[in-house]
Amino acid sequence: MAPAQSPRRSARVRRRLAPVVAVLVAGGLAACDSASSSSADPSRNADAKEVSLTVASNAIAGGKNAAEAEWYSSYVIPRFVEAQKAKGVTVTVKFQPSGVDDEQYKAKMALDLKSRSGADVIALDGIWVGEFAEAGYIRPLADVAGSGVTSWDGWSQIPKAVQANASYQDKPYGVPAGTDGRVLYFNKKLFAKAGLPQDWQPSSWQDILDAGARLKGVSGVTPVQINAGTAMGEATTMQGALPLLVGTGAEIYQDEKWQGNTQNVRDVLGFYKELVDKGLMDKNFQLGAKGRDESFAAFAAGKVGILLEGDYFWRSVINPDQGSAPMKSRDADVGYALIPAKSKGAGIRGQDVVSMSGGGGYFLNPNTKYPQQAWELLAFMSSPDAIKAMLGDTAKVTARQDVNTQVLGKDPLLGMISGKVLPLTAYRPGLAVYPQVSQALQQATADIISGKSVDEAAKTYGSAVEKVAGGAEKVASS
Amino acid sequence: MTAVRGASDAAGLGRTRAVAFITPGFLLIGAFLVFPALWTLYLGVTDYRLTGIAAADPQVVGLQNYTDAVADPAFRRSLVLTLAFVFGSAIVGQTVMGFLIASSMRSVPTPVKVVVETLVLLAWILPSSVVAFLWVAFLNRGGGTLSAILQSPGTAWLLEYPMASIIVFNTWRGTAFSMLLFSAALSAVPPSQLETARLAGAGAWERFRDVVFPHIRGHVLTNTLLISLWTFNDFSPYLLTAGGPNHATETLPVFIYQRAIYGGELGYGSAISLIMLVINLVIALFYIRLLRERAS
Repeated sequence: MAPAQSPRRSARVRRRLAPVVAVLVAGGLAACDSASSSSADPSRNADAKEVSLTVASNAIAGGKNAAEAEWYSSYVIPRFVEAQKAKGVTVTVKFQPSGVDDEQYKAKMALDLKSRSGADVIALDGIWVGEFAEAGYIRPLADVAGSGVTSWDGWSQIPKAVQANASYQDKPYGVPAGTDGRVLYFNKKLFAKAGLPQDWQPSSWQDILDAGARLKGVSGVTPVQINAGTAMGEATTMQGALPLLVGTGAEIYQDEKWQGNTQNVRDVLGFYKELVDKGLMDKNFQLGAKGRDESFAAFAAGKVGILLEGDYFWRSVINPDQGSAPMKSRDADVGYALIPAKSKGAGIRGQDVVSMSGGGGYFLNPNTKYPQQAWELLAFMSSPDAIKAMLGDTAKVTARQDVNTQVLGKDPLLGMISGKVLPLTAYRPGLAVYPQVSQALQQATADIISGKSVDEAAKTYGSAVEKVAGGAEKVASS
Repeated sequence: MTAVRGASDAAGLGRTRAVAFITPGFLLIGAFLVFPALWTLYLGVTDYRLTGIAAADPQVVGLQNYTDAVADPAFRRSLVLTLAFVFGSAIVGQTVMGFLIASSMRSVPTPVKVVVETLVLLAWILPSSVVAFLWVAFLNRGGGTLSAILQSPGTAWLLEYPMASIIVFNTWRGTAFSMLLFSAALSAVPPSQLETARLAGAGAWERFRDVVFPHIRGHVLTNTLLISLWTFNDFSPYLLTAGGPNHATETLPVFIYQRAIYGGELGYGSAISLIMLVINLVIALFYIRLLRERAS
């Protein structure tokens, strides 16, 4: 630190540096300690009479997932406080809202959990479970709240495929909040102008291109919006690359190998390339910092012909009542079709139509001061009454079969999703490395939009996947 | 440091009390500056990640992150973008604009001067988030103010001219500092010398070169040093473009954020941070050298 000095002076410097060194050592020890979390006693503070709990979710009043945010303030918090009061416990429950892109929310939660703080009950996407669990940020429910969680009566109502969304290595880490499915939405008014049928159901990618070409004739309209680019994050993968990829007959992870620079990936990128080259997509949606929100607003304003999205789009975005981009004429003007495979029978399992599903859940913070009460809150939020209160008049594929049988009939789209989409859908692998593969895939689509060739983008993607997967032998290429 | 012991203890505190006085300062610097810097140095040689197994149990990978960075086209592109951003918006944009405003305000009526300076200052003191919102509205594709003025509806400025947009933005944002500094510097130029030069038949450029510039040279260097460092480390372009489209405005601070927080590569991000720190030091040393040459 201080070379070439007289011995006397350097001794003095050393003495003066002593406190600095002490701070460094102390800080270093504290920092090392943060990674090692030991399992604490699940029954700590179980008898507390004054309890405060916080719930965090990527929902905010007047914005993203507004109905969920509203549900906390008008149902979950007052009812849970009331129920606890009857037991003689004074509970204060707070909702910690967010209204940002999922990746930003994920980073915020990871940093919260890393610093051993954060909310007691945390909503997370199912694909983050692996990496959060491996980092020790979340722990199996039974470790956090004790073996009592296994006797919860709700488990029997939740199908295994849905439970997997909140599990890691077959252990439940949280209670799933439901699942979803992806379809193609289209604007019937624009379809009428373009001379396309009102009950449109494409049977190949070519049909989408053909419809797009017709829609291009209607002025001021973006014919097709299939997410691409890095700005949209996972939305690009889930509402773009992966539904197309399963349409070529491959899943992103199959036979213990990731899709690298394969013919399937090149087919997907080639389809994007065709959409771009034929002027059927709006680059600004794909590349802009808020492109996804802009594409939603444009669809709600009747300026997008075809858009690939999950049922979230129908429930929370263009929902005329509580959507973030409400579309008054949704029920009359918006049609939906199943996503076709590349060509008939080319999809996974030889399917003609394909989809992708995911879903999140609620997890307990292992560092909660009140594990028992946090679990009680989580179980309360996952009770049939609470879920029905959140849905109100709307419908959603919830985690619970007992609720689904009552609500799915209310909404024709959700009826179709549960009846026709869920039986043939595919899920993302619950592996910790998946989000990095997903980012490489997003970058490949961004490269296509920015004008690179399919081969170039696929090659870059292939080597990126080899790097994150840890070797070429874990990656398929052809 | 050959001073006599008594002379070095000018305050007459004695060693113990002197140490007591500086200890809090050392502690603060240690806790908030030295320790984080060393910690970054350590993280930079690990494969530490925000999530996953490498978050719980990071492994030392030596100089892997640094060799990766040098070989990473994304990092090199980011470095070039950062230099372009600093050169365009700080060295050229803010310095030239600041000087032009400062010098032209010397010969205008006071009310005009007050109004202009207030407006320029306002751009500087408004919170970043507010400014970002204004600029997103200004440059917006659908009905943005700029497109309305130029009657070019539908131009997505932030996507079609991303670097130019953030360079103009940062020039607008930061000119106030240069303007203030140059105003003060210019008021120190003796009017008599300017008058003499004018009588001797010197043109505007010659008066600037031979009379004004020698007086303000030190200020120009100080100003350039400060705004280069600030701009080099500036994160606010992120609020406009989020580094996009397709990384076209990903300057180093944004690049680090994207890789370390968004992508979770904390180890790699730390290595890049350290490289940035070194670049900052080099810039600072370069200017300090220039300043010294001037002094001697």
